[in-house]
Amino acid sequence: MSKVHHLTSPFSESVIRSLHAGDIVYFDGPLFGIRDLTQIHIFDKGNRPPVSLEGMPCIHTAPSLRRVGDKWEKICVGTTTSTRMDRFTPGLIGEYGVRAIIGKGGLYQGSLEAMKKYGAVYLAIVGGAAALETEQIEEVEAVYFEELHPEALYRFRVKNFGPLTVAMDSHGVHLYEQVGEKIKEKLPEIYAKLGVL
Amino acid sequence: MEELDYNIVEEAAKQLYIKALCDLPPDVREALKKAYARETNPAARSVFEAMFKAIDIADSKKTLLCQDTGLPIYKVRIGSQYAWNGAKIKKALYEGAKRATQEFPFRSSSTHTITRLNPQTSVGPGLPVTYFDFTEDSDELDILMVPKGSGSENMSKMQMFYPQHGIKAVKKFILDTVIESGANPCPPGIIGVGLGGTADLVMKLAKDAITRPVGQRHPDPMIAAMEVELEEAINATGRGPMGLGGDVSCLAVHIEYAYTHITQNPVAVNTQCWPARRARAIITPAGNVTYGF
Repeated sequence: MSKVHHLTSPFSESVIRSLHAGDIVYFDGPLFGIRDLTQIHIFDKGNRPPVSLEGMPCIHTAPSLRRVGDKWEKICVGTTTSTRMDRFTPGLIGEYGVRAIIGKGGLYQGSLEAMKKYGAVYLAIVGGAAALETEQIEEVEAVYFEELHPEALYRFRVKNFGPLTVAMDSHGVHLYEQVGEKIKEKLPEIYAKLGVL
Repeated sequence: MEELDYNIVEEAAKQLYIKALCDLPPDVREALKKAYARETNPAARSVFEAMFKAIDIADSKKTLLCQDTGLPIYKVRIGSQYAWNGAKIKKALYEGAKRATQEFPFRSSSTHTITRLNPQTSVGPGLPVTYFDFTEDSDELDILMVPKGSGSENMSKMQMFYPQHGIKAVKKFILDTVIESGANPCPPGIIGVGLGGTADLVMKLAKDAITRPVGQRHPDPMIAAMEVELEEAINATGRGPMGLGGDVSCLAVHIEYAYTHITQNPVAVNTQCWPARRARAIITPAGNVTYGF
């Protein structure tokens, strides 16, 4: 039976290990925003982030922000498809200690292995619901690698951020793959009913 | 006959893009509510609850529901009981889409296809996508605006089957395409299907299909029955909202068809995500504008 967890970031390994695929998570605290260019900058071009990501959640986003004086204000923050950024994930988890990746669509086997080894999870957000996400972001606290905006490294502070579904856990369970396997099992029956066999 | 002020058309084109991004059509809201009522998976139910919260926030704050502002599409139907200048209408749509982007302001999702440079206008060569149609019994200008997001558009697929493959191959293709798209098109959305026509027309029909209000069936009973059959098959997969498992994998299947060549059997699938956005304006010759869906 799936559980609902209310957490605070950054996360400890034991908290992350207590999460299981299908559980629902909400959390308060810091959240880092990353996208394709941010990770190309870190991993392919060798620029270490000027801030610790230890225990942190990272979300796949490219936010619409407005600069007012020396502050950044949110306009619209939504989530993008994760699969494009799969290859950076083991590095984020293994090298930088990231404990949660938030996105939509899921990641592949290599990322799942890293989650198992180091203790991390993939949290699926509701795509298309940017209005809710934007509301749950209290503040844009800092922007690092600013020249990459809107694909810089963002530190947001969030309140009751969610619902997020644990879609890949640290015990090797991959919810999207499970759903896919079940579809494969049912398919002959569905084809038969549709009369396409 | 007095000439219309085309600034009214431009203003409507601007307002339509903004309205479509912020105000989800009532039929889609209703379909999501019905889907939630029949969903039994607890995690899937919480996905629906987040969708409803996002819709409420977009309503109360007059803000974008989804950050993907899509590619702008305008479908225009020109009445024949009044003289309209088609070229001026086209120009007004271009300017309206551009002004919406810069004046709201929101992210332009439109970019050069090779250099990938994005001038932050939502318009450019070929954009906005515009379709013109004409009707006998009206003096009005009817503009339907659809911002098409990429998560779903990237899942589009078409196939030129042969007559010998029959409707069997067509149905299997539709189901397989939806299954392969997985969580990417932000399910549960509208599955638009085109049957017949030429290679370009079949995809246009699939796109027309996603703009039909949810709850309306095709008037041809044979096509309507096929819509129901495919909806049941897709929902039986258990893919669920956002692909995380559940009872509801699509809100509706809509099919549009055309006659085709004796040697052809084309099919196309164009998916629309759960925020199935669209907005409509009716402009009278006197310049009165009514907004709807």
